[in-house]
This record gives sequence, C-alpha cells and structure tokens, in this order.
Amino acid sequence: MAKTSEDLRSPLSRARGLGSAKDGVHHFWVQRVSALALIPLALWFAFSVAMLAAGPADYYAVHYWVSAPSVAVVLVLFLATSVYHSVLGVQEVIVDYAVGSLRLTLLLISKLLHAVIAAAAIFAVLKIALA
Amino acid sequence: MSTKTPAQSRPLSPFMLGQYYRFQWSSLLSFGHRVTGIGLSLGSLLLAAWLIALAGGPQWYGTVAPYLHAWYGQVLLACWTWALMYHLCNGIRHLFWDIGRGFELKTAERSAWLVVIVSLILTAAVWAVAYVA
Repeated sequence: MAKTSEDLRSPLSRARGLGSAKDGVHHFWVQRVSALALIPLALWFAFSVAMLAAGPADYYAVHYWVSAPSVAVVLVLFLATSVYHSVLGVQEVIVDYAVGSLRLTLLLISKLLHAVIAAAAIFAVLKIALA
Repeated sequence: MSTKTPAQSRPLSPFMLGQYYRFQWSSLLSFGHRVTGIGLSLGSLLLAAWLIALAGGPQWYGTVAPYLHAWYGQVLLACWTWALMYHLCNGIRHLFWDIGRGFELKTAERSAWLVVIVSLILTAAVWAVAYVA
C-alpha cells in the first residue's frame, strides 16, 4: 500500500485513529458529553440549593433534603459528572501550561484530589440517604 | 540541565495576551471560561466538605454552616453561582461551535454578550429564589 505524502502513518495506525496520545478523540468527546449532562444537573443543583436556602436551611432541613431518594440519586449523578468534567478540564489546563516533570506531578495531584473529592462527596450523600 | 531548549523558552498562550495580541472581547471570555472552570474545580472541594460535614452530624455541620452564612461566605457563594452560570452559558456557546455554528465574528461577539447577560440573569434568579421566595 502506497503512502500519500500528507499522511505518513501506517494503514493500521490510520484505521485505529488513536493518534500520538493513544486515545484519539476520547478526551474531547467525553468532555462534551459530560458538559451536555451537566446543563440540567447544574441548573437543578443551583436552584434546588437556592430553594433550600429560602427555607430554614439548618442541619435538619438540609439533611432531610439530601435523604430523599430522588434528590440523593440526582445529587450523586451531579457529583460524579461534575468531578469527571472537572478532572478533564484541569488536565487540559495543566498540559497547556506545564512541561516536563512538573506536568506529570500536577496531573497526578489533580487525579488524586478529584478521586478523593468524588469518593468523599458521594460517600457523604449515600451515608445520609441510606441512614 | 541549566540551559532551556528553544521549545521551552517559547512563550505559552497566557503570556501572549497584551504582548502579542490586541485585546478582544472573545479572548477575555475564553480566558474567563478557564478561570471559572478552575474556580469551580476548587469549589468542588468546598462542596465535598459541606456534604461530609452534613453526613457527620449536627455538630460537624454546625462548625461549617456559620462560615456559609457570614458575609464573606455569601460573597463567595454569589461568585460561585456566577462562575457556574457563566461556565454553563459559555459552555453551551462552545457546544454550538463544536457542531460548526456561530463562528462568524459578528455572531461570536453577539453570543459573547448574550453569555454575560444570561449568566447574570441566572445568578440573580438563583439568589432571588433564595432570598425572595
């Protein structure tokens, strides 16, 4: 198979379409999909918390709100999706501005923090909802 | 290595503003998308702390809640609301670009204004629900 002058990739590499980062358009695509999901989720969260704040908004009121199954499920969806969207976005910023070992260090710190945030926040919601 | 390779000493995008590019509305919004995005990422730390305190019981929640009700807490939450709404509106603008729409300079500048205005309206709406409703 003759290679064209514009494309020096092997036919296999072209067919796989994964590029030099080895994951193709995955990052781009899941960033958009999570963004789309976050439109209703973020609006729901902001207005729900506002309605909660309009009430007594003490510990018992907030606890009661989170413990409702419908709220807990959507809250877990919001937390998981927003942390996922966040880790993708922060990764993009780090690779744009940091080079070399600093880049790797910042990427690892970011992944660790996001994992801790997701685990802590979702565990908290489940603990309240399942209590 | 003590000397920088040419690739490392090349200016990266944030330092291009002012020095190499003239000021544009659209670049300010693009920059704002990143800044609000990072702000919201940091905000998720506080969101997790709030939920952990809530799961910890009344004593734990009682140590966190006063900070949220203090004036600086309210200012932070107001900035947070706007950052969320701005990132959301400008994100929708980006999604339109992703499907190849709205690239004309006039359209892009008009949608930039729309993003700023709608994000402020949504922020005001959230706080109106919290305080007036």
